[in-house]
Amino acid sequence: MKLGLIELFRKPARFGVAGASLVLLTVLLLFLGGLLDGLYRSSTGLLRSQRAELVVFSSDARESLIRSRIDPETRAQVEAVPGVQSAGGLGVALVGGRVPGEDELANLAVVGFEKEPNSMPMLDGVLGPDQAFADRTLEAAGVELGQVIEVGAARTPVTVIGWVTDTDFLQQGGFWVQPDTWRRILGESRPDANLPPGTFQVLSLTIEPGADLALVAAAVDAATGTTTTLTRQDAVLALPGIREQNSTFSSIIYVTLFVAGLVVALFFALLTLERIGLYAVFKAIGASTRQIFTGVITQAVVVALVSFVVGAILILLITQVLPTGIPIAFEPARLVQTAIGLVVMSALGAAISLRRVVKVDPASAIG
Amino acid sequence: MPALELHDVRKTYTSGDDEIVALDHATLTVGDDEIVALVGPSGSGKTTLLSISGGLLTPSQGSVVVDGKDITTYTAKQLTTFRREEVGFVFQAVNLVPFLTARENLMVVNDFASSRNHKVAKQRAEKLLDELGLGGRMDNLPSQLSGGERQRVAIGRALMNEPALILIDEPTSALDTKLGEQVMELIVGEVKGRKTAAVIVTHDVRMTTYADRSVAITDGRLAA
Repeated sequence: MKLGLIELFRKPARFGVAGASLVLLTVLLLFLGGLLDGLYRSSTGLLRSQRAELVVFSSDARESLIRSRIDPETRAQVEAVPGVQSAGGLGVALVGGRVPGEDELANLAVVGFEKEPNSMPMLDGVLGPDQAFADRTLEAAGVELGQVIEVGAARTPVTVIGWVTDTDFLQQGGFWVQPDTWRRILGESRPDANLPPGTFQVLSLTIEPGADLALVAAAVDAATGTTTTLTRQDAVLALPGIREQNSTFSSIIYVTLFVAGLVVALFFALLTLERIGLYAVFKAIGASTRQIFTGVITQAVVVALVSFVVGAILILLITQVLPTGIPIAFEPARLVQTAIGLVVMSALGAAISLRRVVKVDPASAIG
Repeated sequence: MPALELHDVRKTYTSGDDEIVALDHATLTVGDDEIVALVGPSGSGKTTLLSISGGLLTPSQGSVVVDGKDITTYTAKQLTTFRREEVGFVFQAVNLVPFLTARENLMVVNDFASSRNHKVAKQRAEKLLDELGLGGRMDNLPSQLSGGERQRVAIGRALMNEPALILIDEPTSALDTKLGEQVMELIVGEVKGRKTAAVIVTHDVRMTTYADRSVAITDGRLAA
């Protein structure tokens, strides 16, 4: 291992081709991962930000938040189910908003809510009928605190009184208002979707401590006969296009990781061929195959790690010059996963050379 | 106790249906502080004999005893340990590790050992290099050394593990006569100074004068 490291640090140029290839692949992997996470965040924030474990849809909505309707009678049935601690109504309307001084309409996901999302302070009724908390992403559309946004077809004036984060829905900025304000905006924008007072699209449920999520969900659906109850994560995945988006990007990421492994395999196969004579000398003077092989793997791992760091710095610089409309996000978990994936694939790629290292004959060192 | 005892050693290879005899019933004893020159033309089997003596090859028949240890039936793993701890090699092509300094090229032997003592190995490497006249070149890479200096580093590496037997393959083939003589004098001085045995393979009969005894080999057979 020590020899492998010494060679790496004294002759870094030898590893330049593999390193440069892995840097480019790291940039690609992190860009793809960043896009996936950015798209996921800006599509699903509304549901992920709920302080609730379960989401109740009307069965005929087929798990679509937009189509779902929960009336007050159904809600009462849900709240009566053992294990349900509390229920909060939730609804969304996708509309445009006129921002003072801006030519373009801001894309708003107007959310009517009863339970504050994660990033919102507990309101205790302080939110007025013409007030809203806006998601920070709307700052890119020119939204500022204190502004009056004209929302929807009827240009309903709503004043921004605070910020929330990570609450967007289907690429539209979260705009959190009182339930009545939401119903009014929804009805004005889509007269066919007018909802009576007390009716929401879905309910978010908090369950009693220690209660079983699956059992409570089943009990809710059995009690009402007209609902489909999902965990919050399943509700997120039921949003249109999310599963497809995840699987498509994940497939590209896995293929890219596979290519990274192939690049390393090819590079170390060539390097091993070049070093057959040296390995024979090592074996002749008492090195075991394991020691030589450990050196090879160490080099692959270090090259992968250094390439990852360089690639990560590059992608962070690149994102500084990307247009703000591109939904890209860098999650620590994604960075760790990519680093691990790259290191594992590089180690596996280098391991392809094992057979050749094993076959090196120490006698060839002597002629 | 002899440093090397070969008893009726035979080494054969198969090529298709043919059997090629590289070493034919070779018997040789090298005393514990004796230098033996093994002389023969190309393809005579001298490298095969050297390889078998150093545990790089196993004989098809016969026995090999080095410093009282019969290595004939050693496993590959045991032979690896044997090569690391019991013998020293000086290769024809020198074969230094190109990215290691002269000092590190000596210490590499210690790096492969399971029980390492870096400090002791460093002191020994520096002492050996000093003795070999390379005290001022310890931090130089092989590419910064002359041919003779590289050869001396290779000798130092062979002496690092304090072997009972040193096996030297064509030490002067890449050197001019004068430098070859200097290297041979150095080898003899170092080997004799440590009361170690050595087998030196050479096709240059002039170099046999430095050995205690010369043994000729032709077509895999040692001269009587």
